[in-house]
Amino acid sequence: MRPVFIGGVGLHPFGRFADRGLTALGVEAVRAALRDAGVERGGFQAAFCGTVYGGVATGHKVLTALGLSGVPIVNVEAGCASGGAALSLAAAQVASGQHDTVLVLGVEKMPRGMIRSSFFEPWREEAGLAATPAYFALRAQRLMLESDVTAHDLAAVSVKNHRHGVNNPYAMYRKAISVDEVLGSAVVCEPLRLLMLCAPNEGAAAVVVSARPHAATPVRLAAAVLRSHLAGSVLGEHTPLDGLASEHVDTPSERAAQAAYEVAGIGPGDLDLAEVQDTDAAREILSVEELGLCPRHGGGRWARDGGGTMDSTLPVNASGGLLSKGEPLGASALGQIVELTWQLRGQAGPRQVANARVALAHTVGRGANACVAILTR
Amino acid sequence: MPSRPIVHGLFEHAPDGPRLRAAHCAACGKVHFPASATCPYCGADAPTPTLVGPAGRLRLFTVVANRPPGYRGPVPYGFGVVELDGVDLQVITRLTEADLQRLRPGLPVTLVIEPLFTDDEGAAVMSYSFAPAAAS
Repeated sequence: MRPVFIGGVGLHPFGRFADRGLTALGVEAVRAALRDAGVERGGFQAAFCGTVYGGVATGHKVLTALGLSGVPIVNVEAGCASGGAALSLAAAQVASGQHDTVLVLGVEKMPRGMIRSSFFEPWREEAGLAATPAYFALRAQRLMLESDVTAHDLAAVSVKNHRHGVNNPYAMYRKAISVDEVLGSAVVCEPLRLLMLCAPNEGAAAVVVSARPHAATPVRLAAAVLRSHLAGSVLGEHTPLDGLASEHVDTPSERAAQAAYEVAGIGPGDLDLAEVQDTDAAREILSVEELGLCPRHGGGRWARDGGGTMDSTLPVNASGGLLSKGEPLGASALGQIVELTWQLRGQAGPRQVANARVALAHTVGRGANACVAILTR
Repeated sequence: MPSRPIVHGLFEHAPDGPRLRAAHCAACGKVHFPASATCPYCGADAPTPTLVGPAGRLRLFTVVANRPPGYRGPVPYGFGVVELDGVDLQVITRLTEADLQRLRPGLPVTLVIEPLFTDDEGAAVMSYSFAPAAAS
């Protein structure tokens, strides 16, 4: 297998854009990525598009608008990890030598309100068993019961990510908040409050995966691994969310991380920064534990001791995370790749992590898919 | 008022009270709910239907105050994970109790089958839930 590089990246801001369609969001991100990569028309041999709510042939629509169809275009759905899944497929094609350059894009315009998933049988929706934030709340409660994580620790994570988001012009929320504001915000599902949850929104991201390094600033995609849940790591087919079930079965995030570290030949101690799944504040703490960025059941202490802040040895979600950016499902994982590429190139402006050389991106989504990517320079 | 289950095959009324319709896999020994045509642990065909409940203990819980998409019952409502007594099985469930002060980890709970909403034909739609067990 040959090395794989990030040839170029492009991003459309995450937010709400009532006057812009899904295709327009994708066009902006794809154009930026191709320009950054110096890829001309006909310069890529396949395209993968991550989207969940985009519907039939979303990637085709975006590339048709630019006259860039003709290559194989495959739409990829893996919940919150859709963009990561698309990236892992593209990376495999380049690593194997099948293609030299593959375009990956992620686009989404999320419906407003609570996320609706066709994963749930209609009767489960009728019965009230399809309330996504309630599942997040149960997972948060489990974390708090089985370790020393407190509501204050959850608030600290939200405060950290919102403080980081102030410096990200692509984020939806760019205002610092206090612990008191988080703990005083409305309860959505106990123990989770409004400011501990990310907002579903809209956005697009694109990444050119290439056998050739970017001329000026080479960034290597050292690993892009996708794993789904093992039997027993979720409560059942109807409850795909991991983090609620057995202690004795590795979670998809743990499995993807183990494989990614092995492929890249590094460990958590080698990382300079990470972007991790933070759909809710407890999810970030759990992610940090699962990725080995702090000890198991050490996430509460990690949050209390300033873990993940810009001053720490391993900044987490320097972009502001999903808590600040919002979450366009199909685009969120690729948004992390764009951010980390900028960081490794030294192009992240006021949120730059000094001397960043090794970075990790993590997403995990409905259907319990987890993607872990490792970037190096 | 006529009534119907929210979906067939979830629960039934045994002579001594309500039960959930789970299934036991002879090949791997695991129990799952709702009963499926294939074992979600090992893929074996035709797990054996088995009735489970009504007693269990509350493991995790929260309260849902905002109406989730497609939901037709009252809000707020309790929601949680119950570990059933005497069988290695946890289920996601509604809780009859929506007051967090009256819920705690380990609380003994019991299965109830109750009307959740009235459908467009005027039938009471029955679903399962768990209620705090009466103090003995």
